[in-house]
Amino acid sequence: MATMHRYDRNKNCISAVEQEGLAQARVCVIGCGGLGGYNIEMLARVGIGHISAIDGDVFDVSNLNRQLYSDMDVIGQGKADVAARRVHAFNPDITITPIKAFVSEENAKELLENHDIIVDSLDNIETRKTVAKLCQQLNIPFVYGAIAGWYGQVSTIMPGDQTLEKLYRSKVKSGAEKKLGNPSFTPALIASMQVAEVVKILTQKGDILQNKVLFIDTLDHEYWVQPLLE
Amino acid sequence: MIITVKFFATLRDGRGKVQVLEVEEPTRTRDIINRFDILEEDVAILLINGRDGDLDRPLKDQDVLSIFPPVGGG
Repeated sequence: MATMHRYDRNKNCISAVEQEGLAQARVCVIGCGGLGGYNIEMLARVGIGHISAIDGDVFDVSNLNRQLYSDMDVIGQGKADVAARRVHAFNPDITITPIKAFVSEENAKELLENHDIIVDSLDNIETRKTVAKLCQQLNIPFVYGAIAGWYGQVSTIMPGDQTLEKLYRSKVKSGAEKKLGNPSFTPALIASMQVAEVVKILTQKGDILQNKVLFIDTLDHEYWVQPLLE
Repeated sequence: MIITVKFFATLRDGRGKVQVLEVEEPTRTRDIINRFDILEEDVAILLINGRDGDLDRPLKDQDVLSIFPPVGGG
């Protein structure tokens, strides 16, 4: 009863049956920083029942401008552990598993398998490529999101899609974020789009960003979905 | 021939949003990015007429190039 009351405000978007499906879902968020904090928060609030939160890093003062789970009391503490505590504080029924590790080719299979969806909250292009490749092998959808300054992009990569190859032609390991940094509003915006994609994949409704990329330019107010055609 | 080049995000710095050029044939995409002093590594997404493009492809009259820099933060 308490559980259903918790989701009262979901119910015109998400039916009771769909809500139960979300409660059974296992979603892995890689990175608990800018995108990751908002992704974990919104996945948990919407009712995803099992969340793995992966990050080997600790909070630093420079995270305070944007990372939802950073505050003065947790500087130096592990981001994954803090994320788990924060989720537990508003919903102890969610199984949130903090994993203090950086994803690499060596550990990716062990960390990612047995999930229904992987949510990208990484901060570099190289690891995204590693994770996307492994998601293909494990047959798991990968909800991609990336940010740089005023800009962000989102896509849903289903097994068999070659989306990252089109989004990153060159071999660079990082992008415009090295020059621009990341302000508070861009991660929140992109994470919102990613969580909506997760809910639509799990409930099998609406239109997902498969073979498409959503571009957001908050500086010049340009927002559009670009098909990724061969 | 006439080529339209659309720049996105940081590639707009000093170049604007769009430029329309008259160029001689043959011209490849790589010639265009060199002309605008864009490094190849800064071309993450390259669309020619809305489709996935190629730096070595000879361009045709009225082609529209869209060039995006890499976005990789989180």
